[in-house]
Amino acid sequence: MSTPSPKGRLTRDEVAHLAHLSRLAVSDQELDLFAGQLASVLDAVAQVGKADVADVAPTTHAVPMTNVMRPDVARPSLPRDVVLAGAPAAEDDRFRVPRILGEEA
Amino acid sequence: MSADLTTTSAADLSSALQSGDLSSAEVTRAYLDRIAAEDGALGAYLHVDAEAALASAEAVDAARAAGEELGPLAGVPLALKDVVVTEGVPTTSGSKILAGWRPPYDATLAAKLKAAGTVLLGKTNMDEFAMGSSTENSAYQVTRNPWDHSRIPGGSSGGSSAAVAGGLAPWSIGTDTGGSIRQPAALTGLVGHKPTYGSVSRYGLVAFSSSLDQAGPMTRTVLDAALLHEAVAGHDTYDSTSIDCPVPVLAEAARRGAEGELAGLRVGVVRELGGEGHADGYESGVLDRVREAVALLESMGADVREVSCPAFDLALPAYYLIAPSEASSNLARFDGVRYGLRVGDDGSRDLDEVMALTREQGFGPEVKRRIILGTYALSAGYYDAYYGQAQKVRTLITRDFTAAYADVDVLVSPTTPTVAFPIGTRVDDPIAMYAADLCTLPASLAGVPAISVPCGLSEGLPVGFQIMAPALADDRCYRVAAALEAAQDAARGHRLLDELGRTAPQGAA
Repeated sequence: MSTPSPKGRLTRDEVAHLAHLSRLAVSDQELDLFAGQLASVLDAVAQVGKADVADVAPTTHAVPMTNVMRPDVARPSLPRDVVLAGAPAAEDDRFRVPRILGEEA
Repeated sequence: MSADLTTTSAADLSSALQSGDLSSAEVTRAYLDRIAAEDGALGAYLHVDAEAALASAEAVDAARAAGEELGPLAGVPLALKDVVVTEGVPTTSGSKILAGWRPPYDATLAAKLKAAGTVLLGKTNMDEFAMGSSTENSAYQVTRNPWDHSRIPGGSSGGSSAAVAGGLAPWSIGTDTGGSIRQPAALTGLVGHKPTYGSVSRYGLVAFSSSLDQAGPMTRTVLDAALLHEAVAGHDTYDSTSIDCPVPVLAEAARRGAEGELAGLRVGVVRELGGEGHADGYESGVLDRVREAVALLESMGADVREVSCPAFDLALPAYYLIAPSEASSNLARFDGVRYGLRVGDDGSRDLDEVMALTREQGFGPEVKRRIILGTYALSAGYYDAYYGQAQKVRTLITRDFTAAYADVDVLVSPTTPTVAFPIGTRVDDPIAMYAADLCTLPASLAGVPAISVPCGLSEGLPVGFQIMAPALADDRCYRVAAALEAAQDAARGHRLLDELGRTAPQGAA
């Protein structure tokens, strides 16, 4: 994350950086729109800072959760062709992924 | 039995089907005809397959004629919010990124409803990935409120609320993350119940915010909601957040509640949700109807008192940090590889570029804004101030509920601060839009059950009354809601929903 802007506001560059981290291509027009809207949203949500939460434990989940394990037993799964039928691209009985390495690699 | 099948309660349809007075094909055809006639104006459905629905209905009729033992819901049609995964039936979650996807499996709740013999009429419109309070954020269409076509039907289950209120389905399943069952139910004159978190399986719901999402019924009557809730509730080993406990007896609670005896019931009116002097945009007409409902409960023997839950004032900022944070993680699965859209894969771009282009074209502005906000709230340097702080506020809210329930049996409030607002008036102002969920958020964050039941009209539009109960005490919500519904119906001589079209202007589309 780049240097924080004052009062939790987001600059246009910070929004662009967050979009990049989120794997979102955004247009110049969207950057302008989001920077303005997120500024007002951040102002509103910053109210959580008013709460006195010294010694308060966070609640991550309404139901107390423990790590859930099941026996390591093979079970039937969906047929491969049925799963691949919904994919945008498949090849040799697998999902086809765009190339991962760039030209320079 | 009403002459018009499309205004009859699902419970009455069920009785008529079981007694042989009606066939499922007759009922299904009545709804399909109405959808064909009305949905062009309402935009409630994203997908309807009349042929498949009629085939299901005829199969139920044939099984009944052959003497097979069928459950009480067999042959009753229903609609599902498009966030529920349905095998072979298009499921988009209101997003372009899932356009054309036909899932290879059923959500647990869809499988239960299928096994119960219900007839799927179609999939209803919604705010994209359930993000919104107006159903204006769907990638496909805007849905209109049957009471006034120039207004929103609530969100994100607005397609479901418009379908049921408009007579295009007898009942529907919606999902509620911050209020998306209760708020649209309130704004269209329906009953909507958010069950205790974890009591209805989330397996096969397209995830928005996993610690909050919960499916539940949207219906014309309290008894219908209880019947549909019972049909989908229960432990599911496919969902690690599913609570392993017996399904509560809900329909019986609704029937008992309708007898109207509330002696000894302690009702807490939440000061922070619309109390005197509150300045969060509560409309006087809404507060008047809610006060009348509270007085009615008192007249039935309830012991009413005011209760303060100070942390509720921070529910909105806490929710709008927690939900986007979880969404930014959940929506990472839409990467253009396993299902849905892929953009720019012409051999010249690498995976990162294809993923970014796919997500740019597949997601709408509200979804992008929340992903960016969630990424920010979770990022190093901000986590403690935003996400961590919000989770601690969540603890304070839960403590407020626990303290309140030591003194009262249920808490009540308006479901929404206002009646349905005009389409387009809040779409560019996220803060104004988020305020529509002001009253529903505390129960979502604490995971407790809450129901919205109609309590009259303000300016010709429905007002919702919210009843909250402790975790797993969903039956208490149904008992109190049914008592209120019965008393109001008796006083006016008919259901509130029967006034649709008589008292409200159905503005030009």
